[in-house]
Amino acid sequence: METSTIWTVIILLGLGSFAMRFLFLGIVGDKELPDWLLRHLRYTAVAIIPGLVAPLVVWPGATGGELDPPRLTAALATLVVGWLTKNVIAAIAGGATTLYTMLFFFG
Amino acid sequence: MSTQSTKSVFWKGVRDAAPFFLVVAPFSLLFGVVATEAGLSVFETLSFSIAVIAGAAQFTALQLMVDDLPTVIVLISALAVNLRMAMYSASLTPYLGQAPLWQRAVAAYFIVDQSYSLSALQFEENPAWTIKQRMAYFWGTVAPICPFWYAFTLLGALIGETIPDRLALDFALPICFLALIMPMLRSPAHVAAALVSVTAALAFSWMPYNLGLLTAGILGMMTGAEIERRLKPEEEAR
Repeated sequence: METSTIWTVIILLGLGSFAMRFLFLGIVGDKELPDWLLRHLRYTAVAIIPGLVAPLVVWPGATGGELDPPRLTAALATLVVGWLTKNVIAAIAGGATTLYTMLFFFG
Repeated sequence: MSTQSTKSVFWKGVRDAAPFFLVVAPFSLLFGVVATEAGLSVFETLSFSIAVIAGAAQFTALQLMVDDLPTVIVLISALAVNLRMAMYSASLTPYLGQAPLWQRAVAAYFIVDQSYSLSALQFEENPAWTIKQRMAYFWGTVAPICPFWYAFTLLGALIGETIPDRLALDFALPICFLALIMPMLRSPAHVAAALVSVTAALAFSWMPYNLGLLTAGILGMMTGAEIERRLKPEEEAR
């Protein structure tokens, strides 16, 4: 990665993130937002993150894009633990444990 | 209650936010590790966490930078993940809007998932709080979260350079994202948005410049919004 690329992302992403945090509190103020806009904004994270992660799980870069049983199993374990516990850290621990166990036996 | 001192409100915020330390510390530690693995220096990694201070967006940007996508795509995707911050900002404005501009500007920088969700809940439950008390509570929720976001990023960056390849850290990031997803699925609309997002991202992965992900994001948002609208007809009638 180029240093200039890294700093461009850091600075512009920082400014952009601040702009979004400041937009209403600092500039727009106490105005009612249209319902349809708020309704869409509520689903941004849940619409982007699963889409980002799905190809990483199905076609992992580390195996050259081949479906990889240890990584797939670890992904499923993370989802199951996350679903059962609603706890982010427990889910990460469950996924990591599964990944290392599978890599130990199959990797 | 308005009889509470500003100081006690601050400490209430600290106590309410303290458990989230257990989420923030390992998450930022992991960001530090993954970022240095990806080739960022310790200084760049720490700067990243200070400038952006939003885990999911940072991980998103990092992944797309590793994938060598154009910078504009990296920025659009990561900012899309952070769009919810605009929603948080809008939602806090009725409560914090009377504070001086400089305080609002500093507070805006510290709007993160935890400080927002705790504050929004308490502001609603304590309508008698003065603007000073509301600010004090907000700062209380920031105190056990944000300083540790920086500190553990730094720690992760420092140890990241010493971690060997066989630990399969390539998959640390997908696991983190997956762990984040489940608690987000609070309603049928959220579940549907996530499913549409996954399906569309895989189906459109042939598109250049990560446009498949942006398409998936837009379709997911529209799905969530539409299902919410259909499930809550009483709000529509307002």
